[in-house]
Amino acid sequence: MSSDDPAEKISAGKTSILLQNGRVIDPGNGFDQKADVLVVDGMITAVSKSGGKIITHPDCIRYDLEGKWILPGLIDMHVHLREPGEEYKETIESGAKAAAAGGFTAVACMPNTSPVNDSEGVTSLIMAKAATASCRVYPVGCISRGAKGEELADIGEMKRAGAVAISDDGMPVVDGQLFRRALEYSANYGLLVISHSEEISLSRGGVMNEGEMSISLGLRGIPNAAESISVYRDLALAEFTGRPVHIAHVSTAEAVELIRQAKSRGCKVSAETAPHYFTLTDRDVGEYDTNAKMNPPLRSEADRQAIIAGLADGTIDVIATDHAPHSRLEKDREFDQAANGIIGLETSLSMTMELVRQGAIDPARLVELMSLNPARILGVEGGDLSIGSRADITVVDPQNNFLYRKDAIVSKSKNSPFIDRQLTGKAILTVMGGAVTHSEL
Amino acid sequence: MESEHYFKHKHLISMADLSVEDLELVLLTARSFKEISSRSIKKVPTLRGRTVINLFFEPSTRTRLSFEIAAKRMSADTFNISASSSSTTKGETLVDTALNLEAMNPDMVIIRHSSSGAPNLLKRHIKTSVINAGDGTHEHPSQGLLDIMTVMEHKGDLAGLKIAIIGDIAHSRVAHSDIIGFTKMGASVSVSGPATMVPIEVERLGAKVCLDPREAVADADVVMALRIQRERLLDPLFPSLREYAVFFGINRELMKLAKSDALIMHPGPINRGVEIDPDIADGPNSVILDQVTNGVAVRMALLYLLMGGE
Repeated sequence: MSSDDPAEKISAGKTSILLQNGRVIDPGNGFDQKADVLVVDGMITAVSKSGGKIITHPDCIRYDLEGKWILPGLIDMHVHLREPGEEYKETIESGAKAAAAGGFTAVACMPNTSPVNDSEGVTSLIMAKAATASCRVYPVGCISRGAKGEELADIGEMKRAGAVAISDDGMPVVDGQLFRRALEYSANYGLLVISHSEEISLSRGGVMNEGEMSISLGLRGIPNAAESISVYRDLALAEFTGRPVHIAHVSTAEAVELIRQAKSRGCKVSAETAPHYFTLTDRDVGEYDTNAKMNPPLRSEADRQAIIAGLADGTIDVIATDHAPHSRLEKDREFDQAANGIIGLETSLSMTMELVRQGAIDPARLVELMSLNPARILGVEGGDLSIGSRADITVVDPQNNFLYRKDAIVSKSKNSPFIDRQLTGKAILTVMGGAVTHSEL
Repeated sequence: MESEHYFKHKHLISMADLSVEDLELVLLTARSFKEISSRSIKKVPTLRGRTVINLFFEPSTRTRLSFEIAAKRMSADTFNISASSSSTTKGETLVDTALNLEAMNPDMVIIRHSSSGAPNLLKRHIKTSVINAGDGTHEHPSQGLLDIMTVMEHKGDLAGLKIAIIGDIAHSRVAHSDIIGFTKMGASVSVSGPATMVPIEVERLGAKVCLDPREAVADADVVMALRIQRERLLDPLFPSLREYAVFFGINRELMKLAKSDALIMHPGPINRGVEIDPDIADGPNSVILDQVTNGVAVRMALLYLLMGGE
């Protein structure tokens, strides 16, 4: 992938950035070594071993990244940006800024806005707002009209307007036949189906993981089986139809094992988990902390360990945040009445870096989980640092130790269980299409 | 009243927050206050000028009245707010309600709420002392204390006693507070009921789970029945009240397995003929009304200790 002819690397004098002396980790190209990356006119034009000659224009912006990591831009394939309808929690603009601050160059936004994104009109609105956002924003359309689980939404029209996947995220598609038809019908448009897998007859009324903690706190529990039963249905239908399915926010050991087995049979399944599922457990609900309330809920330590094992062995393909902004109105209240979900865009990388420090995954696996795999699964650009590709790049300082302060949160909402934690590993430079969207340099 | 122990708590949210020394101090104080209620003039000036608000978001007769009587016998001024009369029906949040109450400078807010953890939320937002008078399916610590007091009155020390609790353990805030309190005081607690209501996880609270109520009751010094809530039929946790009474009701036959002098307890209100046979509820070993009497004494002690009595 490195070009040997220096002449090719001469900038034409337009915007150019040279990232020097960083550790370039690009598993998509099997590349992991100290190198320089040249960006010209929004494209990656050279990646070559440091110390080699990259000739640049005098106006080129240079960054000496000794000790830093240069990664393909991070992609979060599961966020809630709340626009249209709940702009007091987050907007596409504010959410994209939070994404850039967290090192993300692209996000896929779920359709449970108000109105829901079940039509070309809403998809187009999101695409229009996304055009000026600080990261790429890929809309996910609804599976069913109104996300009501009754009939298919206008999937083809949403694809034409820019949707990259379909999901009724937030609610499962209860009707097995409708889910089967969604898997089949999406084939015409090459759209991925993302499943929020939950058996609601078992989870109904539940507000946290079912177990010792739910008993002692007097809170209604959600058993692991509510997830695994539904995951099994989705896997069975994916195998039956021969169509790919992506399982969102996996939280249980049982679901990890089901997905592992399905993959070994050749089922076209991919799966994601969120940083809180490999970082926290139901004990972190503590004294009714509503920032530890989400769906699926924080599980047991055994589940947390199973999630980490799944990330390490390839069962789980993606780390996605399920970034779910809520204001104090929804969170500063009785636990059972508080809204589900936490923000995650600005902490996801640090949480995953913790797995690297613990030795659970290596840096290349981090890049697969947070960039390469989401790009491939969604079928969007990015995920690697190939020459000639768009310059979506994240520079990470693996040693950067910082206090995650509430008043420093970029997202409009502050509902994070990680506030006031000391975190290590941070995006210090985010570049989208050659433009700097976040910099601490 | 002599105690070396200083009561450092400002709030009473959970039995789990109290040490054995705390429990002993509350009980010692309650025993000394109990006599006040048997006087012809049932009032002492101890808390004169103090303001106590009963903030009840759930229907309650016994507990609310018990707290109100306790406060008035200590000469505190009491005010009752119930869900139907509060602004929450106009959309005000619990936090806003609490902040508004606090702006009127009360000394104590006693809260009952259908959401587990509501007192914890209240405590985080106001500086006033908070007593949990029952939150969802979490805890009801003043009930736990009055139950300990009642057992001690009849049995002396709790150490070594076997206490059986029969009913919906998982969803009973009384059972949760009782299990924590009884075991702290050295008793062993065995629980039984339909397995839908007695998941094995309740052992974490310190109780032994028995599928067979006869095993729980065998050689027990105390047998407590919990109120069976009819709305649990909808979940569905059990098929019918009739079947419940047959297999889990406290009756004469079951009580033959307990010690002959075993106390009969019930937190009330009673569904006669469902969780407890009327003959047992009214029998010589029943201390159900003693529980009510002791409730006033325990709450007088709590008001006194939490509002900084010396």
